[in-house]
Amino acid sequence: MEKFETLISRCVPLPLTDVDTDQVIPARFLKATDRVGFGDNLFRDWRYLEGDIPNPDFILNQPGITGQVLVAGKNFGCGSSREHAAWAIYDYGFKVVVSSFFADIFKNNALNNGLLPVQVNENFLQALFSKLEEDPSLQIKVSLEDEEISVPGTDMKEKFEINPYKKYCLQQGFDDIDFLLSKKSEIENFEEFRLVAAR
Amino acid sequence: MEPKTLFDKIWDSHVVHTIENGPQVLYIDRHFIHEVTSPQAFAGLRKRDIGVRRPGQTIATADHNVPTKDQHLPIKDALSKHQVDTLVKNCEEFGVELYGLGHPYQGIVHVIGPELGITQPGMTIVCGDSHTSTHGAFGTIAFGIGTSEVEQVLATQCVLQRKPNTMKIQVDGTLKNGVVSKDIILYIISQISTSGGTGYFVEFCGSAITSLSMEARMTICNMSIEMGARGGMIAPDETTFEYIRGRQFAPKGEEWDKKLAHWKTFKTDEGAVFDKEIYFKAGDIEPMITYGTNPSMGIGITGSIPVANGQADVTLEKALEYMDLQGGSQLLGQKIDYVFIGSCTNSRIEDLRMVAELVKGKKKASHVNAMIVPGSKQVEKQAIEEGLDRVLAEAGFELRQPGCSACLGMNEDKVPRGKYCISTSNRNFEGRQGPGARTMLASPLTAAAAAINGHITDVREMLN
Repeated sequence: MEKFETLISRCVPLPLTDVDTDQVIPARFLKATDRVGFGDNLFRDWRYLEGDIPNPDFILNQPGITGQVLVAGKNFGCGSSREHAAWAIYDYGFKVVVSSFFADIFKNNALNNGLLPVQVNENFLQALFSKLEEDPSLQIKVSLEDEEISVPGTDMKEKFEINPYKKYCLQQGFDDIDFLLSKKSEIENFEEFRLVAAR
Repeated sequence: MEPKTLFDKIWDSHVVHTIENGPQVLYIDRHFIHEVTSPQAFAGLRKRDIGVRRPGQTIATADHNVPTKDQHLPIKDALSKHQVDTLVKNCEEFGVELYGLGHPYQGIVHVIGPELGITQPGMTIVCGDSHTSTHGAFGTIAFGIGTSEVEQVLATQCVLQRKPNTMKIQVDGTLKNGVVSKDIILYIISQISTSGGTGYFVEFCGSAITSLSMEARMTICNMSIEMGARGGMIAPDETTFEYIRGRQFAPKGEEWDKKLAHWKTFKTDEGAVFDKEIYFKAGDIEPMITYGTNPSMGIGITGSIPVANGQADVTLEKALEYMDLQGGSQLLGQKIDYVFIGSCTNSRIEDLRMVAELVKGKKKASHVNAMIVPGSKQVEKQAIEEGLDRVLAEAGFELRQPGCSACLGMNEDKVPRGKYCISTSNRNFEGRQGPGARTMLASPLTAAAAAINGHITDVREMLN
């Protein structure tokens, strides 16, 4: 997993609530057996019209819109547990998703792939959407160390929460399997204890 | 001792290690895998040069991406074939039991676990599929995980998880005629929204829940994820024990008596505190149907579609535009094109019986394409033994072979663009059943009634 420290980037606004992972990546694109290339089909059915024609109304197809931060409405990533959703967002080039609320499984999947979910309050989110509408080239700064998201040159900033363990993992590029494998003897003891208890 | 919830009892007894201010290492008793969310996990094991820690605790099946016709023939779609073949290869290499295509136990992962007696009270169960919550109907902690977590479980039989909060949802009273468990859960979701349960693990209780059969309970727990909950569970009782008794992998003889005595202790203590409690009355629930593009956009069958309120309701407006429906209008009488009876929510034998009983001696409307996909080979076999296949065929329903099918449209079972499908599955997301498909979620009864009349119908008019 890649390390994450600080990111300064432009944003892609997606001001819709309850964006489910079927929209992020439709099921018919889940047939691959490796983790690469899912970005090509990110938001496939919103991004393309019938006949694979790019939909000019969709944000990713609008000229001048770019950035490594996806800013989405409340309850982002609900529905299917497919980790392919996190892979697709990351593969497309995003490093951060900002929302006022994330679905549980998506949040775990994002963190397990070095994609930082930044949860902000609804007022901050709406203010950010307004700012981006005024100035689509606005840059924002996300500091993992300070647990803070801000708009440089303005007084707009907000703290976000991240579990200290997950923060450490992201900063070190360390994943959960490394940690679990290091707990082998505790797992063995647990299994042994349960076997004895069941007798 | 301080009173505890059932959830806390099971969770706490599976904690191997706690990271200070961090997640916990949770031991997993049973792990189900399928072809779509496991290949990258096995690839990860190979990359690290490690094996599966407890191959006997993982069970595999092929369900998400399999055809529901001619399963004895090679899969036509090359990518799908490769994915299913990869599962076979991985299971062989890592020593995991596979109930693949052609096996008499094959079926939808959340149908076969319970029907084989693998799912038992007090267990922790995970699978790379959000509807793993289904198994909670047996008093288990069961939840969906991502592929990185599938790899964690394969490698260590544990998963790192933050303990969720607890929520009690109590439904008391008697259900009205024509109202079944699918309506209960669609009603609850319509009341608390798709994110109302996020961060929580739910225990469903109350007389309207405990009076349900095991299969009906599974339908409730199955859709816990659709309100965002980590999972849903129901305390085991005599109904649960009777269901498990005698199944292939259920404990037998002395072992059964020992297990049963232990299972009987799995309940929430009197006075235990939940982080949140919500109460509903069964008598308030009508047969339900969805009008929008997430499962919380549901109404009673005689109700009206809500009206979008300008800027605040961008999502509702977008949903109604996608569905080509008008706010303020009724769904009753709305013409439908497809009927899909299946999925891990409603593809069990009781669902098939419910449909067969309603359509017996009737014919589906001529313009409707009606498909029934049993949840497993065992459900299919039983349906044939009971003669349901003939009843359904005479009514013009096509009985397919087991799989997830048109619930997610990964195989060729898709609903064409712009067509309306009344579906017993769990998600009405845009494009879920195929690009441009318009899905309306309902119970098997309501779906069967619509198939006969060719339009959305209040099934109560057809009962008695």
